[in-house]
Formats: sequence, structure tokens, C-alpha cells
Amino acid sequence: MKIVGLSGSKVGSKTRTAMDYTINYINENYPEADVTLIDLKDYDVQFSDGRNFLEYEGDTGYVARTIMEADAVVIGTPIFQASIPATLKNIFDLLPEQAFLDKVVSILVTAGSSKHFLIPEQQLKPILSYMKAQIVQTYVFIEEKDFYRKEITNEDILFRLQRLVEDTVSLTETYQKIREAKEAQYGF
Amino acid sequence: MEKYRIDPSKGLEFGLYTLGDHILNPETGNRISAQQRLKEIIELAKLADQAGIDFFSVGESHQDFFTTQAHTVVLSAIAQATKNIKIASSSTIISTLDPVRVFEDFATIDLISNGRAEIIAGRASRVGLFDLLGYNIHDYEDLFEEKFELLQKINEEEVVNWNGQFRAPLKNAKILPRPLNGSLPIWRAVGGTPTSAIKAGFAGVPMFLAHLGGPVSVFKRSIDAYRSAAENNGHDPSQLPVATAGFFYAADTTLQAQQETYNFINEGMKLTNGRGFPKQHFAQGSDPRNVMNIGEPELIIEKILYQHEQYGHQRYIGQMDFGGVPFDKLKRNIDLIGTKILPAIKKHTAKK
Repeated sequence: MKIVGLSGSKVGSKTRTAMDYTINYINENYPEADVTLIDLKDYDVQFSDGRNFLEYEGDTGYVARTIMEADAVVIGTPIFQASIPATLKNIFDLLPEQAFLDKVVSILVTAGSSKHFLIPEQQLKPILSYMKAQIVQTYVFIEEKDFYRKEITNEDILFRLQRLVEDTVSLTETYQKIREAKEAQYGF
Repeated sequence: MEKYRIDPSKGLEFGLYTLGDHILNPETGNRISAQQRLKEIIELAKLADQAGIDFFSVGESHQDFFTTQAHTVVLSAIAQATKNIKIASSSTIISTLDPVRVFEDFATIDLISNGRAEIIAGRASRVGLFDLLGYNIHDYEDLFEEKFELLQKINEEEVVNWNGQFRAPLKNAKILPRPLNGSLPIWRAVGGTPTSAIKAGFAGVPMFLAHLGGPVSVFKRSIDAYRSAAENNGHDPSQLPVATAGFFYAADTTLQAQQETYNFINEGMKLTNGRGFPKQHFAQGSDPRNVMNIGEPELIIEKILYQHEQYGHQRYIGQMDFGGVPFDKLKRNIDLIGTKILPAIKKHTAKK
């Protein structure tokens, strides 16, 4: 199972911190999973110009291809100006229309205010649905107060991240089985 | 229709096309050489000609996993190897070529083939060739429109005066040789959306509509939009031919046809497009209302006739060699087309 952790912003450290916890949980509990962390801070990704994702070069090509090859993607995103950051939206724009078909996508969110709680529900999930993702419905919403100096201090968040990882892996496995069973019936 | 060398009384034209892909056979893991692939494409055209198939065309893709970049050269070899079949490009990426050279090539092929050459001009679904051939992808739209217009002008006028943005001006330029009967049929290649079909209709040029999968009724919208745009702009839609292009494969049973194509199409799409063809969508392809003409000959005949009834089009062309399908399977298809499918289509669509 190929899992990509996508940290969707170039700003700040909280999303990356939460992603690091998440990746650690995957590595500890599912050592057979092939995990790649993409922190957009580390890559020079160009804006989408509409070409097929295979035709991007350099970092842009690497990021797009790595996501396309994944069975599951854990997206970590902050909330800026009551929305997802442009860096993350650009990743969606780089990919084809049905990029997440047969992929499981789960979400963790860091935000400066609890007023942002519904933003993933109302802005991120519609994008993922449009791109045909199998979404892990429950996301982990993490606030400023849950962090202290690049650590998550709220234990409840830690448990929720563990559950997010479990749900991502078991949904991916289950979905794969459902698909295989369905495809076996076609006979070709 | 005569201008485009189409005689509606003979019924729906049936053709084959190849993109010239050069992909390993996913079932054996082997890839034939580029030379063998080219020779097989020429041989396929020859067999299609002998089976009475109306049309054969070759595409131009400048990227990995393709081998007919010099598609006019391949078409020229096909012109020499065949007698009656119409030959064309599917498509010529006019945006990144010089319309003068394109016209010279196709007019020459027309003379070699005794008046059988046509051009289908498209805009490219991938952009690598813009870098390769020295064009800017930001001019994607404008390049196509300007060069397509120039190509048409050369086709209509032997002495051309022209000024544009992307090519040196032409002053009293004689573009030679001229095609056998004065002009070539030039089609505009159109993807799935009505927007692009409307442009073709507005310009009053014949339309080649690609349709890989999905309901006939959706593609009918593009054809209807094309005809009404033509009419609104003063063209007579009854004089403008429409052709469709999509997946084709015949075998003794529909299941066998699916078994013999799915891996090839799925793996081929992964290599050239980055995404496979979902099995669920492919399975729905066998529904008579779906455009995908893959199945037993009876199903294919039913589908093509249904498409003809809905579209009122003049030509259908099928792609059956995508993704490294072995040549003996293609030969078997030509047999089934020649003995079963083609006679039935002609019988039901030709005017009595």
C-alpha cells in the first residue's frame, strides 16, 4: 500500500508537526506500508498551466506523479483567510479531473480559530468528491492551543490522529477488496 | 458533400485509425521494434484496403511510446501500398507545423494515391511538442486558429497572399503541387466538449469528433451544437460531413473482445496519459447506448447503426491497435469487419 502524506502549505510549522505524528503512526503500526511525505515547503512547484501531469518536470512532476501513484493520501492543511492555502489548491489543479478515483483521501487540519471548523467540510471535501476520492469522513481538526513548541500537547488530538491513520489504512484495504471483488465479476 | 469526397448514397463510411503508439504488449512484456510497428501499420492499411474498408488514418504524437511522429511519411508509404482506401492523418497537429509544408506533403500524397488524401487537423492533447518544435504553449489557441485558417486558404487558393503572427508573410506565393481534384478534404479534430464543436461549426468546416467512452446521447449534443452553430453562421449543415472516432474491437463474443482489449487499453492509457481506464467504466462500454464499439460483431453492428441513427454522421472510424495489441489479432479484426460488420453497415445505411 502506497501512502502519501501531503503537507499543503509553505507557511508555519503546525501542519508539518501534525503530519510528522501521522507519518510516525503509520510507520509504527503499518511497517509494510510504503510511505512518502511531501511537504510543499521543500519543493518548488509551479502553477498549473493545464498540461497533462506527466509533462511537468522537476519538483512539479515529482509531486504530481508521486500523488498519482498513491493508494491513499493523507492531506494536512492549515486554514488561511477562511480557506485552504493556494499551494494546496494548486496541487489539485495540477492533477487530472478524476485523479483520486480508486484512492482513499483523509484530512487533518490546523487552524488558528475554531471558527474554521467547517471549512474542510465545505471547501476541501467538495474538491475531493469532484476528483472522485473515497474520503475518510471524519477529519482531525487541530487548533493553535493544542500545540506547544512543535509538539502536540493535547492527548485527545493524538488519539484522533491514531484513529485517522487506522481509518485511512482500513478503508484503503477494504476499498481495494471491494473493487477487486467487483472487477472479478466482469470476467475480463 | 461532394467537395469532401463523400457520397451519402453509399451509406456510412467505415474506417480505422491508429495513433501510431508503440507500447509493450502488457501480457507478454515484450515490445516490438519501432521499425516492425511502422511496417505493421502499413500492412494493416493494406489489409484494410483489401477488405473494402473506406478509410485509414495515422496520428502524430511527439512523445515516448509513439512511433509515427513523421506521419506524412508513413501515409505516403500507405498511399503506395494501397489502391482504394482513403488515407488521412488523425490528427495532424497543425499548431506546431508550417501549413505550407503540411499542404505540400498532403497534396503530394493525394497525387501518389490518385486523390485519396485528407487532412484532419488538431490541437494536440499533450504539450511536449510545443517545446520540441519551438513553440510557446501559451499560444495554444491562437497557433491552431491562425494556422488552420492558413491551411484552408492554401487549399482554396493556389496563389496565396497572407499575413499572420506565427509565420513569415506569403506574397503571391504559389503553393504546389495541387491536389488531384483541386482541393483536399480538411477536417477539424474536436474533443468531447460542445465548445470545440461549436467553433468547427461556426467556421463551417467538417468535424471529426473523438469519443472514447460514454453515452451516445452526450456526444450527440456536440454534433447538434456543431450543426446549429454552422447554420447560425450561414453554412448549410447538410453539406458538412461529421465523423466520429473511438475504440473498436471485434471478437467472437463480447466477453472475449473485452478480455482481449482491456489490459491493452488500460496499460496504454497509463503510459500515455498517466491514468488507466477504470474497469467499471469499461464494463459499461458494452451497453448498446455507449459509444465504445467493442464486442461481438452483432453488438458492434447494432451500436454503429444506433450511433448513425442518432448522429446522422457520414463516417465512423475505429481504433483497435492501441496499447500493443498483437498483429494477428488485428488481422482477425479485419476479417470480421470485412465479412460481417462492413456488409451489414452498408446494407442498412446505403440508399437503395
